[in-house]
This record gives sequence, structure tokens and C-alpha cells, in this order.
Amino acid sequence: MQPEWPEEIHKELVAVGVRVVGYVPDAGHKRLIELCQADKNMRAVPLTTEEEGIGLVAGAWLGGEKSVLLMQSSGVGNIINVLGMVQVCRFPLAMIVTMRGEQGEFNSWQVPMGQNTARVLETMGVAVRQAGEAQTVAGHVRAMLLKAFEAQGAEAVLIGQRVIGIKSFQEQRSQ
Amino acid sequence: MKLHRREVVKELLRDRKDLLVIAGLGSTAWDITAAGDADLNFPMWGAMGQAAMMGLGLALAQPRRRVLVVTGDGEMLMGLGAFATIGVQQPANLTVAVIDNERYGETGMQHTHTAYGVDLAAVATACRFKHSITVTSEVDKVRELAYRTPGPNFAAVKVLDEKLPLVLPPQDGVQLKDRFRRAVLGR
Repeated sequence: MQPEWPEEIHKELVAVGVRVVGYVPDAGHKRLIELCQADKNMRAVPLTTEEEGIGLVAGAWLGGEKSVLLMQSSGVGNIINVLGMVQVCRFPLAMIVTMRGEQGEFNSWQVPMGQNTARVLETMGVAVRQAGEAQTVAGHVRAMLLKAFEAQGAEAVLIGQRVIGIKSFQEQRSQ
Repeated sequence: MKLHRREVVKELLRDRKDLLVIAGLGSTAWDITAAGDADLNFPMWGAMGQAAMMGLGLALAQPRRRVLVVTGDGEMLMGLGAFATIGVQQPANLTVAVIDNERYGETGMQHTHTAYGVDLAAVATACRFKHSITVTSEVDKVRELAYRTPGPNFAAVKVLDEKLPLVLPPQDGVQLKDRFRRAVLGR
């Protein structure tokens, strides 16, 4: 059975009128990316690196549109410097980050960034919400979107590896 | 090379009407300010490498208005992936103009990669920009791209490596953002 949280996130994005979705693919975001691509009211924008997403979000906000970014925890390392602009200009920022380097990680190279994702974000002024259970994801996303767009906050929801449930090369391959 | 960057940018922004302008950090932010600070200018003071992506986000959000990114060769080189990302989205209202002095102007005039023949216009073409040119004199061609030609468009404008007096825009990021949004959205 397909997990329901990607559908629930998509509904939250629709509810607040998100029009631009920047992403660097992650296996954990596969379903949500498909939902956003299929949504005629959303522009799904594949990025070559997560850093581009910060420029995209800021530019879209200057033009009056709401956007979100989807990335994997490793991608957080690629946006550190440009988060300075988010902080100085108080651009609304809503990021949905799927975690690697936690429970069940099979690739040791994912661990250093995964272990420090929340710390890096908080150090650069981004408030972090940890969604460790599937049923908490939508609520965290709703709260993040509200704060980002109503209070010009910079926020990220980190979706735990236990929620995503990828445990081996074999399982990832078969996705 | 004989073009002066301040004259090029002033000519690009002449009679700009509701043209939306993003400028990359450093010299190009000073250039657009020297041409006249305006609410529809967003001069960047940081986030090097993101000017073209700011332009893309803005162009997607405001498809009926023309968006011009004015940035430097060093700034563009830091975000080459933006060419590919813009090429996928094909925003018809976006033009990226690189004011190319082949130098890092704020840090001691060190050569950038374009000084060694790296061809940004060729990168833009390879990334599916509709029109991509390098000019050493004809600024009117860049104006044509920025104001009329369906894009995405790219222009590298080769200019002299002058060291010029700073003409600084407001630095407060919230002020720059809010004034831009008010001017675009009326709120």
C-alpha cells in the first residue's frame, strides 16, 4: 500500500496556494514530486543543485507567488551561504527535507550531513520541525506553511528516515 | 573592448517602464543603481550565483512582464547550473545579461574563466536558451532581447575592466524586498 503522507502534503500545498515547487529528486520525495508535476496549478522546477532553489523561491516571492522546496538532507549542505539572503531579506522559506543518515542508513557517506542537517539549518536561522512519524507529517507541513507565508518565517520539515522506510540498495533500486 | 559598463547598463534601462530588474552582487548592483535606483530594482548584496535563478522565479511568477537579470561574469560562473534549469522551464519573458569584464571586480580584478575563453553564450545555447549572443559594441541588440524577443534570452556584453566609484543601493534586505513587491503587486 502507498503511504498517505505524500498525498497529505500535496493537499496542504494546494490549500495555501503554492504555485512553484523546486526540487532535487530524492527517493523519499518520489510520490510528492509526481503529484506536483501532475498538478496543473503548480510549476514543478527540477534544480541542478538545491542552492538554486533559494534563488527560485526568493524570485517567485518578489513576483507574488508562494513556493516550496523539496530536497534530501544532503542538499541542505548546498544552501548554507544563500540562507543568509533568506535571513537578511526575511524571504518566506518552506522546505520539505527527507532524511538520510538516520535509522537504517546503508550508505556511510550520507551520515555526516544527515546527522547535522537540523543543526546546520538552525545555525543559519531556519526553524526545524521533525516529523518522525507518518501521521505527524501533514500537521508539521501545515504549521510550516502558515508561519512561512503569514509571518515571513524560514522553516523546514524534516521527514525521518523511518517514515520514508528505505533500508537497502535493493529496496531503493526496486522503487 | 571599448564598452563602458555604466553606459551599457544605463542604455539597457533607458525608458524601462515596468521592466523588472534583478542585479547580481557587486559591480552590476552598483551599475543599475548608477542608472537610477528604482523600486523595480532588486540589487543583491550576497547570495552569489543566484541572480539568474532569482530572475527565473520572478519570471514564472510574473509571466506577463519582462524580467531582466543584469549580473557579472564571476557571479554567473558560480551558478552555471541555472542555465540548465532555465533551459528546462523556457520562460519567454526572461533575459539574462552578463556584463562581462572578465574580472572579479570587487576582489582585486583577478581573471575570471571568461578571460581564458570560457564562452557563456555557448553555454546558454547548449542549455536551450532561445537566443544567445555575445556583443562587443551593439547594445541595441541586447535591448531588443530584453524588451521584445521571446526568450529565454542570454547576452554577454564584453566591457572594459574599469574600476569605478561605488554607487550603492539601499542595503536593507527587507526594504528592498518590500518595495519591490509593493511596486509589482500594489500591496
